[in-house]
Amino acid sequence: MFTAKRVADKKDWLSGRDHDWEIIIGLEVHAQVASKSKLFSGAATEYGAEPNTQVSLVDAAMPGMLPVVNEFCIEQAVRTGLGLNAQINLYSRFDRKNYFYPDLPQGYQISQFEFPIVGEGEIEIEPEGGEAVIVGIERLHLEQDAGKSIHDLSPDDTFVDLNRSGVCLMEIVSKPDMRSPEEASAYVEKVRGIVRALGTCDGDMEKGNLRADVNVSVRKPGGDLGTRCEIKNVNSMRFIRQAINYEARRQIDILEAGGEIDQETRLFDNAKGETRTMRSKEDAHDYRYFPDPDLLPINITQEFVDGIKANLPELPDARKARFVVDYGIPEYDARILTADKAKGDFYERLAKGRDAKIAANWMMGDLFGALNKASINLDDSPVNSDALGELLDLIGDKTISGKIAKDVFEKMFAGEGGANEIVEREGLKQVTDTGAIEKMVQDVIDANADQAAKVADNPRLVGFFVGQVMKASGGKANPQAVNEILRKKLGL
Amino acid sequence: MSEKNTGVTAKTVEKIARLSRLHVEPDRLAYLADEMNGLLAWIEQLGEVDVKGVEPMTSAVEMPAPLRKDEITDGGVRDKVLANAPKTESGYFVVPRSVE
Amino acid sequence: MSDLTKLTLEAALSGLKAKDFSSVEITKAHIDACMDAADLNAFITTDFTNAMKAAEISDAKLAKGEGGALEGAPLGIKDLFCTEGVKTTAGSKILGDFKPQYECTVTENMKRDGMVMLGKLNMDEFAMGSSNETSAFGPVVNPWRKGEDLVPGGSSGGSASAVAANMCLGATATDTGGSIRQPASFTGTVGIKPTYGRCSRWGIVAFASSLDQAGPITRTVKDSAIMLQSMAGYDAKDSTSINKAMPDLSAACGKSIKGMKIGIPKEYTMDGMPREIEDLWQQGIKWLESCGAEIVHVSLPHTKYALPAYYIVAPAEASSNLARYDGMRYGERVEGDNLYDTYERTRAEGFGKEVRRRIMMGTYVLSAGYYDAYYLQAQKVRTKIADDFKRAWEKCDALLTPTCPSAAFAVGRKLNDPVTMYLNDIFTVTANLAGLPAMSVPAALDNNGLPLGLQIIGRALDEETVFAASSALESCAGFEAKPEKWWV
Ligand SMILES: [Mg+2]
Ligand SMILES: [Zn+2]
Repeated sequence: MFTAKRVADKKDWLSGRDHDWEIIIGLEVHAQVASKSKLFSGAATEYGAEPNTQVSLVDAAMPGMLPVVNEFCIEQAVRTGLGLNAQINLYSRFDRKNYFYPDLPQGYQISQFEFPIVGEGEIEIEPEGGEAVIVGIERLHLEQDAGKSIHDLSPDDTFVDLNRSGVCLMEIVSKPDMRSPEEASAYVEKVRGIVRALGTCDGDMEKGNLRADVNVSVRKPGGDLGTRCEIKNVNSMRFIRQAINYEARRQIDILEAGGEIDQETRLFDNAKGETRTMRSKEDAHDYRYFPDPDLLPINITQEFVDGIKANLPELPDARKARFVVDYGIPEYDARILTADKAKGDFYERLAKGRDAKIAANWMMGDLFGALNKASINLDDSPVNSDALGELLDLIGDKTISGKIAKDVFEKMFAGEGGANEIVEREGLKQVTDTGAIEKMVQDVIDANADQAAKVADNPRLVGFFVGQVMKASGGKANPQAVNEILRKKLGL
Repeated sequence: MSEKNTGVTAKTVEKIARLSRLHVEPDRLAYLADEMNGLLAWIEQLGEVDVKGVEPMTSAVEMPAPLRKDEITDGGVRDKVLANAPKTESGYFVVPRSVE
Repeated sequence: MSDLTKLTLEAALSGLKAKDFSSVEITKAHIDACMDAADLNAFITTDFTNAMKAAEISDAKLAKGEGGALEGAPLGIKDLFCTEGVKTTAGSKILGDFKPQYECTVTENMKRDGMVMLGKLNMDEFAMGSSNETSAFGPVVNPWRKGEDLVPGGSSGGSASAVAANMCLGATATDTGGSIRQPASFTGTVGIKPTYGRCSRWGIVAFASSLDQAGPITRTVKDSAIMLQSMAGYDAKDSTSINKAMPDLSAACGKSIKGMKIGIPKEYTMDGMPREIEDLWQQGIKWLESCGAEIVHVSLPHTKYALPAYYIVAPAEASSNLARYDGMRYGERVEGDNLYDTYERTRAEGFGKEVRRRIMMGTYVLSAGYYDAYYLQAQKVRTKIADDFKRAWEKCDALLTPTCPSAAFAVGRKLNDPVTMYLNDIFTVTANLAGLPAMSVPAALDNNGLPLGLQIIGRALDEETVFAASSALESCAGFEAKPEKWWV
């Protein structure tokens, strides 16, 4: 079923003692369906509630409680499957996965094992600094989340909050088609972009609404597959890359020392940047999957699927292509701006009726830079698309220069007001009055008479004069006007 | 009782008990293996039935799953959820420490 | 006033409506009977104070000419049904003092209709048993006795015993492999397991989800009709609930069966089956013929595989259903050295021997390497069993069989031989596997003076035919025998 024919780019090989190594990565992304209520109960799913307040008697697995399927979750799985270019299965079924854990009240997780709702598909990813790669999707199935165990409220006990218990997850399983940490994070980025564009999951990794189990193994480039380890619940792109790097190196060290890799489940320690074993081997796991007798099969019709297909929103790949054509921006820019629905929407609002290239540059440069530095999400940006648009309009109509605009942007980002307001308040308007500029130019020429004399022989000195005039104007003089007047006066 | 199936050993019982989270005293394992083998010997006759091409019956009702609307109709009953708990604190269930 | 506990449910309801007596009076009479019969150990929990309050409320309604289909009738509830605020044990220690914060749909329906609940009836632990000896609260004793204490059958032994001993006018029960019909047969009472999906399973402690079905145990077929009509109904909270109207069951009782085709499955004879049971079956055939039914011979070739298939499917589902009893959120927790030790001790000490045995079997048949050979094979055999019935329905409208291969046996007799114990359900379990309605009707006494039942099995959703045929059988049999009231 799993093929791993592709050999990694040489640049992604890890060097070893006797030979190089290649990393084989497969991912299981758990994406929380953006439903109001749980997969099998009417309790709310909203994040951050007081412990055990969003728990129905079904979620707490009281005796005799029974599950009833949420139709919205079925629909979102189909939408997501279509977004992943995957096979939609008209027949699917829920099975029980049996194991004991205090945050798993039923003693089993209701999941889809033998008959998932979505089958094989594929998506294209474009890793940073690499070629585009096709990653196969093995399946997407629905399952319920477990509750939360909290270990730091008491030294002797574990506290259990079941608010998440029963929340609907889509588990999206990739084929082991990734070969570098960058490819892995680009894949998660892409999946996240797709579910956000579809609105089937909010993709919020900080809240754990999208998280990844990372399967890592190493092999001699192009050789036989090695034993894999699964790293559970990694919840940021950076941690995904770190975990893979650490885990691959760990496995290589073991293999080079003549050891064997134990197939096991591992945890990623965010603080230490290490993976460590999660379950001891002694704790045999045999999940004893069988069809959940409390639930009946899910039968959907082709018409239902076609109806959803006809109403799918624009997905990142299509949007990217459109941005290149409609806005005339480079593919690279288009990809970054469409990686995420929020970015694309922001850009389209900003670029509308403005210079699309300048809009792209401002978003990707100043805005993303500032957001990154402050660790703020685009959704929470202190400068929204209207505000940034106001600034771009001031550049466009030459009210301020691009250089001044950068200072204005910083002030806007710091919450000091809107673009017009700041420009007005701080008197940053560009001087376009030729009389005033002529006077400044004359003053500078008079003050630097010896340099002025040399200009004829060395035209590059004009730059010096421009600089001086701009300095004298406090940056407000229109650079184009300064240039023209200077050249005239210097007789060039 | 145990004449046919002798597949279950004390070791199997130990594994099954662990999966079932049932404590079994070591000196009971052999007895339980014997008992399971007895039952399995009786159950074994199912193997006689030709089931080629037969779909397994997973439910006694032949209909697809009914679906419910995505509405918040439940929850907000913490008192009821915790009412029978052996140990609670600050709105949480308290259980034996599940990590070292 | 005559003894109110001797009334049928039907007669009691009309007496209440006619104000011949009050609910308080008839409830009081039954409470006294319950206290007199304490030795039968039919109840795990009694709730007499609330019963009297409910009776008063019913009387107020009846006085105004109001009230539901069960208004004012004192009934018993098997302790598998979760009842709000009233301890529910499932016959197990593991639930401790569990007081459900919810009411299961079946008893909710009955309370809506005015039932007076006397308390919670004893049963085999988690409904796993055919003799009521696996209860953590001690065995129930059959009111029928021959020199020694007899089992009332199981798992609804408390329900059957209480109804047979006139401790309540009727009782709820559940049937996963025969747990309504076998105790009914052992105690000279009527019991029906309706079509799977008729009674909501919501709030009933699960044993084997694809087989469990609730139903009544009563003293007459008509009483079962009245009770089941109240208990059943579509419930959106149970995904396997059937959204189809139940026929008028009372109207079906006494309906002519002229021309009805009754199938006699040849595979329902068993080696070592007492002669009397074979004779009774033949008698049953004659009775139905005398009522105008046409007898046809049918074959259900996979019958002998039903019980082994059941002993894979039911334990498999149970091993998973009972995983929630871990002492974490409710029930009795036995603290161990660490989390796993706590799990293992809680469950080893909380569950009785038979429940542990079935959990282990269920875990085994689902485990890696055995799933296909056991669980999957059993589910396929189940399909064949269901197909056997489908073929039979081409030739007949209902089947007549014995309910059990024997009459009630002595307490302790079969306890240590699981397979022998399991064989009690050989004639009843097929209806569970196929999801069909089936009813046991008391038909005669054996040579020892112990009751024996006959079973009518019908098509899915065709309770109407089952009630009509059972009612015909009941009037032909004219079973009037009552156990001697030795326990007072
Ligand atoms: Mg997984
Ligand atoms: Zn999962």
